Amino acid sequence: MTKSVKPNPIVDMMDKIGGAAATFGNDVCFFICFLGELAKASLVLIRHPGRFRGRDMLYYMDLCGSQALPIVICICYLMGVILGFQFALQAQKVGAEIYVADGVGFSILKELGPLMVAVISTGRAGSAFAAEIGTMKVNEEISALETMGFSPVGFLVVPKLLAMLFTMPLLIVFGDFAGLTGGFTVAVTMMKLTPVSYIDRTLEVLLPSTLTMGVLKGLVFAAVIALVGCMRGFQAKSDAQGVGRATTSSVVSSIFMIVVADAVLTRLYTLWGY
Amino acid sequence: MVPKQGMIVEVENLSVGYEGNVVLEKITFTVPAGAIFGILGGSGVGKSTLLKHMIGLYPPLCGEVKIFGRSIVNCPETEKYRLMRRFGVTYQGGALFSSMTVGENVALPLETYTNLNKSEIARRVQEKLALVDLQGAANVMPAELSGGMKKRAGLARAMALDPKLLFFDEPSAGLDPITSVELDELLLRLRAQFGTTIVIVTHELASIFGITDTVILLDKQAKTIVAEGDPRKLRDHSPSLWVHDFLNRQGYDHAPANQE
Ligand SMILES: Nc1ncnc2c1ncn2[C@@H]1O[C@H](COP(=O)(O)OP(=O)(O)OP(=O)(O)O)[C@@H](O)[C@H]1O
Ligand SMILES: [Mg+2]
Repeated sequence: MTKSVKPNPIVDMMDKIGGAAATFGNDVCFFICFLGELAKASLVLIRHPGRFRGRDMLYYMDLCGSQALPIVICICYLMGVILGFQFALQAQKVGAEIYVADGVGFSILKELGPLMVAVISTGRAGSAFAAEIGTMKVNEEISALETMGFSPVGFLVVPKLLAMLFTMPLLIVFGDFAGLTGGFTVAVTMMKLTPVSYIDRTLEVLLPSTLTMGVLKGLVFAAVIALVGCMRGFQAKSDAQGVGRATTSSVVSSIFMIVVADAVLTRLYTLWGY
Repeated sequence: MVPKQGMIVEVENLSVGYEGNVVLEKITFTVPAGAIFGILGGSGVGKSTLLKHMIGLYPPLCGEVKIFGRSIVNCPETEKYRLMRRFGVTYQGGALFSSMTVGENVALPLETYTNLNKSEIARRVQEKLALVDLQGAANVMPAELSGGMKKRAGLARAMALDPKLLFFDEPSAGLDPITSVELDELLLRLRAQFGTTIVIVTHELASIFGITDTVILLDKQAKTIVAEGDPRKLRDHSPSLWVHDFLNRQGYDHAPANQE
């Protein structure tokens, strides 16, 4: 027992891989339980609508929606500019400048708009959710909620989830327009395309369904961000470092899950012919 | 409904701990209606842990806890939440919801579980805050309160629904002697006026002798109850030196393992 064992790098590595796999398995189980709790809490709230924390939801809508708007517009606009540049460089080689409108339009609406908004919301909202719930756990506020007969999930998660589901689509619409404007700026200033021709081309190729499909993706991202953020908060160890770690892992896991969800959704969309 | 006549809390053969780590085991006691019951023990023996398991926050390793004659261990969640609403709990650090004002904290259970109108709720909030001497604090955020004030605000919140049973973790820790005596008097008054049964976790000797009728004394090595009964009798007549010393505050030279 006391005999020191020589560290074997392979055993060590296996140990780490096994540990990581176990953690992952635990997280998956925890997430499934969490979803079950959420379903149960939602049913209770439907039966007792008076218990729903409407004011909290408005607070989070402000936090995750209106307060995020400037940064969303700014980043999406720059994203549009960057895409515009890149597409312009390629398009100029073959003299097909007008297709920049297609490139920017589709990339922003289908992928980058929703994705950028999701990443921003993860950093802003998801981490805030994890930190808030984690801190409440440290202060025994979660225990207090329970002994007052509240389901912590119903009380804390549902308002956040709904706020995200309501604000995310709006943010994406704003982000999309900002992105398109970015592409437009590059097209008219750098490539000498006329504003009218660029706008015409954009309207011609982009269908309302293109926008809708992107926004629908956003709903999935919103759910991922809210749920992962809250789940990490509940998982936090009851100390200050625990809250810090929960916040970090909420950002990492939700970005990972967003990208996975995006890949799956993109595949599904192509199967359905979009 | 109450099988053992007049017993509000029944704990039977309870073992508690975290992740398989046993903190306390074989805990059995009952709290009669209208009693002020003390759970005593040194720091870290697991008093708060025992309390948290008794109120259904954690599932015990084994054993049974009944509150108002109903098991809080083996019951469906909705049932458990309904039972939890019937008693109040005050935590060691107050556990106020930091995003709401003190008044909103106290109002929360009233808003959720009663059909009272706004003015009636406001009146009750004022009444409960006055009871704990925090009249002016309704619109203050918890972060702006001192530790003792938080604890009193937590008590006001625990009493919001006028429960017949109160659990109180360390009522007097962090309070000055005068406030602490006032709090003790408040607890006595609650019992006299409303017949509230009160379970307190404490190591304040003044409170123990001042207000409790019965105490259990927990010990870290034995991981269980080492003495039970009237604290005054235990102090004067306990055969165990350690119990005697704990209650007379003479240091901890005699571990109970050495006692015969
Ligand atoms: N959440 C937890 N997870 C794991 N162990 C814990 C947890 N909370 C407490 N413990 C451990 O359980 C034991 C009892 O802790 P507890 O808080 O119940 O003590 P206490 O008697 O209330 O002490 P105090 O008088 O200082 O409040 C301690 O050894 C502590 O380290
Ligand atoms: Mg304690």
